[in-house]
Parts: sequence; structure tokens; C-alpha cells
Amino acid sequence: MTSESAKRDGDVKGTIKKFLLRSINLPDVEDDEDLFESGMVNSLFAVQLTTFIEKTFGIEIGADDLDIKNFRSLNAATHFVKSKSAATAS
Amino acid sequence: MQIKKVGVLGAGNIGIGAVTDLVLHGMSAVVVDVSDEILQSARDAVLSNVRFAPMLQKSLPKISKQEALDRMQLTTNIQDLISCDFVIENVTEDWGIKQAVYEALDRTVPPEVCFGANTSCISITKIASATRRPANVVGIHLMNPVHLKPTVEVIRGFHTSDRTIETLLQLFAQLNKESIIVEDLPGFVSNRISHLFMNEAAFVLQDHVATAAQIDAVFKKCFGHTMGPLETADLIGLDTVVRSLDVLFESYQDSKYRCCPLMRKLVHAGHVGRKAGRGFYDYPKE
Repeated sequence: MTSESAKRDGDVKGTIKKFLLRSINLPDVEDDEDLFESGMVNSLFAVQLTTFIEKTFGIEIGADDLDIKNFRSLNAATHFVKSKSAATAS
Repeated sequence: MQIKKVGVLGAGNIGIGAVTDLVLHGMSAVVVDVSDEILQSARDAVLSNVRFAPMLQKSLPKISKQEALDRMQLTTNIQDLISCDFVIENVTEDWGIKQAVYEALDRTVPPEVCFGANTSCISITKIASATRRPANVVGIHLMNPVHLKPTVEVIRGFHTSDRTIETLLQLFAQLNKESIIVEDLPGFVSNRISHLFMNEAAFVLQDHVATAAQIDAVFKKCFGHTMGPLETADLIGLDTVVRSLDVLFESYQDSKYRCCPLMRKLVHAGHVGRKAGRGFYDYPKE
């Protein structure tokens, strides 16, 4: 999926969820489940997730955005991508 | 004495982590490996580590890409270590390679400089015997990822002097790391025990007692470990784990260290863990 199509089809959450499930090898994840506190992944996974988001959605993530709270759950990551995409578009 | 410039010999996983840590703590690193390709790849990995470090550990500073680059010298020439205050060696866990490297280091670096041998299992006393400065050789077992781990296992070899230990403790103080000093026998404390876990976990998988995820889940959820033995093996690199098991087996002549055939088979298949994208687990490309 290209960055444009990932953003255009509006399925940001679905795209991130697919990556998450492929990575953590579990059948499902709750939208607000804390990925790190639940022990599903360790904090190093935040690096993989961040890199995936940058490449898939064409977002440049600056030093100030590199905060684990932005990637803590499926909803948090989705909100982050949408807000960054909106900021870039405006 | 404040340590300002550290040589890092070997730019694999641990070498990259050591350089990251040095750079983040304001020291200069001279990174030596055998090819420009390896060095470029290490450079990229260090820059990535430096970028993400403050997210993973809030106490680590935000430094720019340029600052990080300014603190790194990449070279294939061991002579460039001549001006270093300390040398951390982390070349491949193979006695033939280590021996040749230490003989070259000993010829190159001023005699008062200390060497930190970052080995998984090879005896520090044996490594020191390849030099004419055995008192200046100390074992360090940096854990992965180096810049995020607060504690280091330090191994006192048969001839390691108090001055060498003090110098190393000074370096680790600058890196905000605590040391646990132990005596020297192959595998020391950490790997002598952890490799039994990883190896037996592979046997359990081979015997279809449980899946890889279940085995790791038992360690994480029942024992409270941060990582399970199979994901740890993937992170270290199965090739490195197999080499270490072989060293332990050779050193102790004890069958409890015989390598699990499944793990060796994965190595032969090129599924050496996270760095290859496949090991006991698959690691999808981002």
C-alpha cells in the first residue's frame, strides 16, 4: 500500500491494526489496549511501529513527536497519524 | 581520568549499541570493522538508535544527527585506535578471530590502554593471554540494547589489575551504568545460565511441547521476565547463541550445553533471528 492510498482510503486504523497483529502474533487487539503495559510487546516495538507509520503514511516524525504515548495503543497511533496528516494537509 | 575517546572494535549488534551509548553520553567513538559496507550499516543503526533513544528512555538526551556523526569516526584501519583512552572489543565469538584481533591490538595501541573484552562466553584469562598486557584486559558483558541497559556484568580475569577495574568503572560511571564484578570462567554468570534457558526452550519447541509464543509467554507472564528465551535468542542472533553454546560445551565438556539441533538448523537456513527478519519468529519488514 502506498502512503497516498493508505491515507486516501481512510483506513488508518485498519492498516495499523494489520501491522500490529502481524507483529505480535495474536488474533486481535482492543482499540485502547496499552500495548506496552499489557506485555504484548516491549518498548522496542515502538521503534518498529514508528518506522512503519513513517513509511506507510509518508509522515515525517520529528523529535518532539517521538513520545511513547503517541504509539501506546491502536487508538493512540491512529489519532497521531490522522492529526499529523491533517497538519500536513492544511 | 575522564575518558573522552573510546575505540569500538566490531560493529555488530553490541558494537552498535556501545557506540550509541558513547555518543549519547558525549564521548567520541572510533569504530573499526572489516568493510565500509558494515561500517555504513552500523552508522545508520547508531543514528536510528540515537533518534529513538529519548523515546525509549526519558533520561537519555536528544542529540542531533550532526552531533552524533561528529562523535563517530568509522574506519577499517585498526591503527586509528592509537589515540583512544580505552578499547571495547566485540568481534565475532570465535577464538581464532579474537586471538588475531588481540595480537593486532596489542601491537597497535599504547601499552597503558585497557581493553574491555566483550565476549559472550570465552574466558577473559584466555583472551588476555593473546596480549603482552594481561593486567590491562577485563571482561565486559554489555547487554542488548546496550544504551538502554543500566547494568553490566564485569569479569575479572586471572591477571586483571585493580587499576584496570577502576578505569572500566570510570567509563561506566560516565555511561551511568552500574557494574557487577564477577570472576572468570567461560560464560561467567549471565550466559552460563541464560544459554541453558534459550537452548532448552528450543528443545521444548522442537519436541512440540508448546509454540514459541507460549514458551515465551510462560517466562514473561509466570516468571515476570521482560522477554522470553526464544525472543531473546532472536534478538541476540541465533548464530551467536549457537557459537556461544559451542564454546560452553567445549569449555566444560558437559552435555548440558549441547546445542539443540533445531536451533542449529535455523542458523544453517539463514533464519538467524531479528537481524535476518526470521528466526523463531517472523519479523515483518516495516
